[in-house]
Amino acid sequence: MPELNPTTVQAALDAALEQVAAAQTAAELRAAKAQVVGEASEISKLNAEIKNLPGDKKAEAGKLVGGARGQLNAAFEAKLADLGKIERDQKLAEEALDMTAVAGTLPRGARHPLSLLMDQIGDVFVGMGWEIADGPELENEWFNFDALNFHPDHPARAMQDTFFVAPVENHLLLRTHTSPVQVRSMLERELPLYVLCPGRVFRTDELDATHTPVFHQVEGLAVDKGLTMADLRGTLEHFARVMFGPEAKIRLRPSFFPFTEPSAELDVWHPGAKGGPRWVEWGGCGMVNPNVLLAAGIDPEQYSGFAFGMGIERTLMFRNGVTDMHDMVEADVRFSKQFGSVI
Amino acid sequence: MKVPLSWLGEFVELSPGTTPHDVMADLVRVGIEEEAAIGGEIQGPIVVGQVLEFVEEPQSNGKTIRWCQVKTGNGEADVRGIVCGARNFEVGDKVVVTLPGSTLPGGFQISARKTYGHVSDGMIASARELGLGDDHDGILRLVTLGLDPELGTDALELLGLNESAAEVNVTPDRGYCFSIRGIAREYSHATGKPFTDPVSLVEPKAGAGFSLSVTDSAPIHGTPGCNRFVLLAVEGIDATAPTPSWMATRLKLAGMRSISIAVDITNYVMLELGQPLHAYDLDKLDGGITVRRAQSGEKIVTLDDKERQLDAEDLLICDDSGPIGIAGVMGGARTEVSDSTTRVLLEAAIFDPISIARSARRHKLPSEASKRYERGVDSQVSAFAAARAAQLLQELAGGTIGTLGSDWSEQSDRAAIEMPLDFPSQLVGFEFSKQQVLDSLELIGCSVEAEGEVLKVTPPTWRPDLNHKTDLAEEVARLVGYEHIPSTIPVAPPGRGLTRTQKLRRNVLSTLTGAGFVEVLNYPFLSNEQNVWFSSDKAILLENPLQGEFPELRQDLLPGLIQAAARNVSRGHVDLALIEEGSVFRSAPGAPVLTLPIGNQRPSPADLEKLDASIPRQPRHLAGVLVGDWTPQAPGSKPVPAGLSQAIAATQLVAGVTGAQLELHQTEVQGLHPGRSAQLVVSGEVVGFVGELHPEIAEQSHLSGRVSVFEVDLTRLFDLAPEITTASELSVMPVATQDLSLVVSTDLPAAQLQRVLSEAAGELLESIRLVDDYRGAGLEEGKKSLTFALVFRAKDRTLTQAEATAAKEQAVSAAAEKFGAELRA
Repeated sequence: MPELNPTTVQAALDAALEQVAAAQTAAELRAAKAQVVGEASEISKLNAEIKNLPGDKKAEAGKLVGGARGQLNAAFEAKLADLGKIERDQKLAEEALDMTAVAGTLPRGARHPLSLLMDQIGDVFVGMGWEIADGPELENEWFNFDALNFHPDHPARAMQDTFFVAPVENHLLLRTHTSPVQVRSMLERELPLYVLCPGRVFRTDELDATHTPVFHQVEGLAVDKGLTMADLRGTLEHFARVMFGPEAKIRLRPSFFPFTEPSAELDVWHPGAKGGPRWVEWGGCGMVNPNVLLAAGIDPEQYSGFAFGMGIERTLMFRNGVTDMHDMVEADVRFSKQFGSVI
Repeated sequence: MKVPLSWLGEFVELSPGTTPHDVMADLVRVGIEEEAAIGGEIQGPIVVGQVLEFVEEPQSNGKTIRWCQVKTGNGEADVRGIVCGARNFEVGDKVVVTLPGSTLPGGFQISARKTYGHVSDGMIASARELGLGDDHDGILRLVTLGLDPELGTDALELLGLNESAAEVNVTPDRGYCFSIRGIAREYSHATGKPFTDPVSLVEPKAGAGFSLSVTDSAPIHGTPGCNRFVLLAVEGIDATAPTPSWMATRLKLAGMRSISIAVDITNYVMLELGQPLHAYDLDKLDGGITVRRAQSGEKIVTLDDKERQLDAEDLLICDDSGPIGIAGVMGGARTEVSDSTTRVLLEAAIFDPISIARSARRHKLPSEASKRYERGVDSQVSAFAAARAAQLLQELAGGTIGTLGSDWSEQSDRAAIEMPLDFPSQLVGFEFSKQQVLDSLELIGCSVEAEGEVLKVTPPTWRPDLNHKTDLAEEVARLVGYEHIPSTIPVAPPGRGLTRTQKLRRNVLSTLTGAGFVEVLNYPFLSNEQNVWFSSDKAILLENPLQGEFPELRQDLLPGLIQAAARNVSRGHVDLALIEEGSVFRSAPGAPVLTLPIGNQRPSPADLEKLDASIPRQPRHLAGVLVGDWTPQAPGSKPVPAGLSQAIAATQLVAGVTGAQLELHQTEVQGLHPGRSAQLVVSGEVVGFVGELHPEIAEQSHLSGRVSVFEVDLTRLFDLAPEITTASELSVMPVATQDLSLVVSTDLPAAQLQRVLSEAAGELLESIRLVDDYRGAGLEEGKKSLTFALVFRAKDRTLTQAEATAAKEQAVSAAAEKFGAELRA
């Protein structure tokens, strides 16, 4: 029978701790635990001696052995945690991958930058309370010309190189501008009216680096009481700043369009232009010609209006540095994919 | 309009050294756009010389050159040896010598160089080398121009060779700017420099006694074809007199060829004053002149020696033998001025712009004259222009201004325009002073009467474009300067944002591009062959297609997309998932409108309805095409081919974005693989199709492998989709799941069986999904086993297994009844 005293307990504890510390794996640790706390272990034997002690010594001895067992258990738990961590680290090391060789399987698509830019421009005006109006691309000539103050024999009609639908007597054509949507808006909507008309338009120009027979425009129209050319300028200036940055400004030059009077060419000061800031021709604008208001049944003595229009392809060209129109119309996937979702 | 600067300078002050670019920079402020700078390429020293002597030296190449001694000044040292290839001159002739250091048009630089055994110290120039015309028969002998200048005279100045011109773009409303007179006036507006009206330098003149009759039996829009006709004879001219070089140079700079003195003078005056003129050989005229509309069947041989069939709408100038000109467009060959002409009859007339425009278009004869008539000629300039031309003929061709001629006029005074004094300020948004308004209007030539706060403004005769007070407001704004217009932002009424359709369109596009498709935009022009791949309807044909092989407007988007895919493949992008959203063109619901309503008045509701019905239906479609791989091969993963799975998923995404319930109906679809095609159905209506492209079309389009496609009528889909979705309650009771395998004929589409199961299982069925399609061992030939996973759930209680089984059995019996389906053992 071992003698139960602090020395023997300490000796048993030390031996047991040594055994726990020596374990290299979780399995060895479990085996060591069975040995050092099992029935046959020294500590268990010492513990069994407690019952043979006189009553007044039992409590003290129990405390002594219990303390040793507590220490042993704590050492065991600590060792277990250590070994677990080592083993996990080992596993993680084994699981290492070449992240740069992992294949992404979600394909990346892309909007066409022209359609994105049109949406973006639409948002600028929706932000000002304007609405977006749509209309047919194949139009009756009345909406494309007559209602816009193009006299049937006016040379301005020849100025627009129009695709006509056969037979020409039916007066159907591919719209040469989105202005017919302005006419429709004036005919259909209530006043005051603030609409933006983006869309596809057509002119019989051969495709080259700067022309395409099918292109996109955005036109704006406001009809209200007391609108002036100053309102036109302010609206265009705001638009220009959103598109080209806070340093952008605009310049109006006298010009002629059948549907506006006064009319102006619109230049924009493009601070980010390739090769340094400069004036760029951007579009046309003016005060709505009274004859156009009359075509929609609006009294020009009561109401005035302003209108403007610009090409989306042209805007994309000088804003985003596209140098060849072919890139925009040839549907090459590389062209669309180089842009993000906000351009 | 090309404006020689020296000519411009005759009527408005130009600062010394003004360049074409300076002029254009000023003109743009008043609305005349810059096009190009012309001339200024030729540089001296280029001087007048005299041939003292020459020796002819035959060369081994068969040519004979002349070794000349040419005196180019009065000093002893001014005699130069020059080699000359031409032989059209004599000793004593005065010629133009380009000295070493000078530059000729085209950047040709002159230096002393060794040639044919001599050092040629300069060159004797031909008219062509100097840019004076096409004459290259030999060197220019100054005597042919009637010139006998001092030796050493600067030939650039003498011949007007240092002239340059500004080319500007004139808008169609400003006919008067197709003249030096008009441009000079505008330059004066732009710069404030004093302007002298060239008309004020001429006494108007018209002859009398020549028989003239002006009639119009068929005016267009009620406007007579002619309202002024001036004739003036000039007699005893030498039609072979040379055109002086200053005039030839100006004509050339203005873009016109020098032809003969008489023709050159009429062109010169037209350029100067804007009035087209015609010169007839008076001796070739047969009797008097009649202005009238053409009769059917009439013909004329025009100046270009082409016979032209005349239309009853053509306005003609005739003599007793028939037509001698299409008014305002082109004269006739019979009465043309020739070298033998001695008596000339000048015509200056005012014609109806529309009549001239139509004749010019009809005969495809856009001329310098018709261009001016179409845009409106100053109604009062005719007698001035005739006088100016006669004066030049007298000076330059030795003629005498005769008294013979005529002056006919049927012109009415223009009504004054009333404009409140503050109207320009109200429209433009800038406070113009009374003085600014009056000054601007008077500067452009208006006469203005002020009656209190209202102005009565009579525009000048050269401004037919000014008809309304807004036209006058523009003139005020333009002359004061657009740069003064302030900037304000109008407040629009509260807007509704994007419409449902606009939002859905954007969402469809961002969803599909987010899923991996690339959006492209194609032209809507197709060949007839392409346009019937997917539709059998009659397509809409263009009258004037750009490319003859693509004359039709697309009925579907797919043909364009397939072409776009092929183009990408040819550029090495073989894995493609493309979509396009856009209009397609179908037949019109109503009849064509053959006579349009007038322009400046709202059409009646009935007329508007007819106009709308005349326009073909143009639904917006969305289509997609997939070729190659959806995801490529990579370490550890095989390539996933792009195919029906992605095409169908795309249509499901599109429907999902709209909130619509999409069903696939297996059926043959035109243009698709007959066994791999389905219609897209929403609320019982076909809204599109999906499937594999028919291999024949793929092959024709140079696409190899399987090509999957879809096309959806978005307009219809958006209409059918719920405008607002009502939410259903979510049950949190536990589910009971059951699997079900049924043996059916291989012909039966799974979706059809699923629909029947779904209906029959009743409302406890929460979802049903096809999980397996087995064919082969254990099944009869022509049979397949379809396995579905069914999920049952009640709203209010935990379902028992028995309840779920009962619901499943209802489904099984329905399938057995409908399709003879048997439970798989």
